Amino acid sequence: MQGLKNLALAGLAAAVLVPGGALAQQPVKIGFVMFLSGPAASPFGVPAKNSADFVVDELNARKGPAPYGKAGFGGSKIEMVAVDEAGTTTTVVTEFRNLVQRSNVDLVIGYISSGSCLAIAPVAEELKKLTNFFDCGTPRIFEDGSYKYVFRTSPTATMDSVGAALFVKEAKGSVKSIAGLNQNYAWGQDSWSDFEASMKQLVPGVEVKTSQMPKLFAGQYNAEISSLLGSGADVIHSSFWDGDLEALILQASPRGLMDKSMTVLTTGETTMHKLAAQIPDGTVLGARGPFGPYAPDNAYNRWFSKGYEARFQAPPNYASYQMAQAILGVKAAWEKAMAANGGKRPSNEEVGAALEHMSFEGPGGPVRMAIGKGHQAIMETAYGMTRRVGGKLTMVNVKRYPAELVNPPEGVKSADWIKGGFKK
Amino acid sequence: MNQIGPVLVDGVIYSAWLFIAAVGLTLVYGVMKILNVTHGSFYALGAYAGASLTGAWLARGYPPMLSYAVLLAGALLVTLVFAPLIERGLLRFMYAKDEVVILLVTYALFLILEDTIKLIWGVNPYFVAEPYALLGSFEVGGLRYPTYNLILVGLALGLSVGLAWVLHSTRVGKLLLAVIHDPEMSRALGVNVDRFYLVTFTLGCFLAALGGSFTAPTVSVVPGLGVDVIVLSFAVVVIGGLGSLPGAALGAVIVGLVRSVSVHYLPQVELFVIYSVMALVLAFRPRGLFGLAEPRRI
Repeated sequence: MQGLKNLALAGLAAAVLVPGGALAQQPVKIGFVMFLSGPAASPFGVPAKNSADFVVDELNARKGPAPYGKAGFGGSKIEMVAVDEAGTTTTVVTEFRNLVQRSNVDLVIGYISSGSCLAIAPVAEELKKLTNFFDCGTPRIFEDGSYKYVFRTSPTATMDSVGAALFVKEAKGSVKSIAGLNQNYAWGQDSWSDFEASMKQLVPGVEVKTSQMPKLFAGQYNAEISSLLGSGADVIHSSFWDGDLEALILQASPRGLMDKSMTVLTTGETTMHKLAAQIPDGTVLGARGPFGPYAPDNAYNRWFSKGYEARFQAPPNYASYQMAQAILGVKAAWEKAMAANGGKRPSNEEVGAALEHMSFEGPGGPVRMAIGKGHQAIMETAYGMTRRVGGKLTMVNVKRYPAELVNPPEGVKSADWIKGGFKK
Repeated sequence: MNQIGPVLVDGVIYSAWLFIAAVGLTLVYGVMKILNVTHGSFYALGAYAGASLTGAWLARGYPPMLSYAVLLAGALLVTLVFAPLIERGLLRFMYAKDEVVILLVTYALFLILEDTIKLIWGVNPYFVAEPYALLGSFEVGGLRYPTYNLILVGLALGLSVGLAWVLHSTRVGKLLLAVIHDPEMSRALGVNVDRFYLVTFTLGCFLAALGGSFTAPTVSVVPGLGVDVIVLSFAVVVIGGLGSLPGAALGAVIVGLVRSVSVHYLPQVELFVIYSVMALVLAFRPRGLFGLAEPRRI
């Protein structure tokens, strides 16, 4: 009985002493949007959703590594609302509006497709809803627009392309010609144009043999593979992702494409466990940042990768890392905003102001919201080559590139920065 | 790369794949006047069944060479489970309704089957790469091609010759032609039209499943696999003329070759070349290359 009295008194004291106590303890409702069906579900959406499940459960249970040890967001538990990103752009926008206006989420973390991000950014701004893009890569979002409520805690595709070009020059030595196979929409076009421009800067006179741009989810690539094989290019660049990347590897491997030319798959890390038997030694795999096999050995990575693998019996891929990073980034901003306003539950505007130009640590290492007026993250990146060791595919010859070397400075568009010779 | 050999080989391989994927659609339309959107679902079901059964077959150490028979069995299995159920359980009650209503019904079924696939197989991909590399490779113009592609070409040729033979040289085929021409008169003359509808629908769905099953070794089998196939198949059969088997064959060859030429020589236009061909054909022959004018019913 005495214990119950003490508990009641403690509860009363907490309610009186903690400013805005009741409101602060209301769950933070977060809309998570990623592909849960379609070809992008398996390599990206499901690992990202798994990651969100893991991180949210860990944070709610106060198991996050310091400084993420406080329960949920600032003591308020996180409530997840997961939505499928599959469908037309119109559907994606409608689902976003539903999340904000019907489900009344406090903020949104999501979006894998660059097409989705380009469509959602102005709507998020219109609805004044804090939205953090966790994976999509096109740099156009903050280069062509300026937003108050929109953030991206993952680096852009520019970093992937510039990093790939630097790696190719360093690892291959003499490069006389390149060729590309990329999907015909924002992501594929941006990735190829950045890679092509970077190679032309790094290796003046490099010849572009062919640039193949099949439509998204085309599935059959025999003709494109023939064209690439016949081109005899020294280096082949592909930013293919999802089922398209898997189909490309399955179709290209028996034809010797990846043996003949140095093949750079900028999102290849997502396939390295599933298609290990089909990926030959010497293939260059990217992970869209220091994720997966390139992740640093820090406390956050140990907590995340070990916990994730124990729960899902599979290692996290880069989409999982990016999701974890997105949640931790917003949590850090949320708690920074709370600290600034005296411990009250922060508004979207306060969280946004805290996230602008913020730096935080995640399983991929340091993240700095350094460009896009403080709304776009930069990180270091890494590339390496595959080598089978004891039947297992491992990454060797790994090279790391500092964030400033592979990302444009504030206020400079990626394409202009590359064409201008990467000037700082 | 300017060698004509690889351009032709790529075109023929793509045409063969397209024909296998599309022929069932035109068959069902030709006989039943149903634009069967579930065609894409059966393609996906075939791919899933082929990949999972073949994967299990190889995992147990059974002879890899028989994996091609397992791919065939996978297509047959899903067809026999789902196609008669759909035709007898739903479609036969719709035959009296407008073609557009039946199109919407098959679209609804397509959506249901997409979720059914996720319920059965989940969202993780299935891979069964072994049959693709098992037969070795051949070279054309210095480029290596897996011999498996010749299976697709052989399958397409076999299907086109076999279907033409059944249709024009057998009693069943002649009865089917009668049903195509006038189902009411055929019924009046004692032909069991309902059975023809059931068999044709099942056969059309089997051809779609066969396409999916034999594509499985070359792709990642994931949810949504059938969506693009239904669009491409539709383009092919529209070019050839809805309901025409020679039309589907010619449509597949035209699309395959045009696409291959564009990929090799002008990759910038590859994205819209197929639909440009379709638009061009329809501009001059609105019923497609082999489309026949509808007989006027009094």
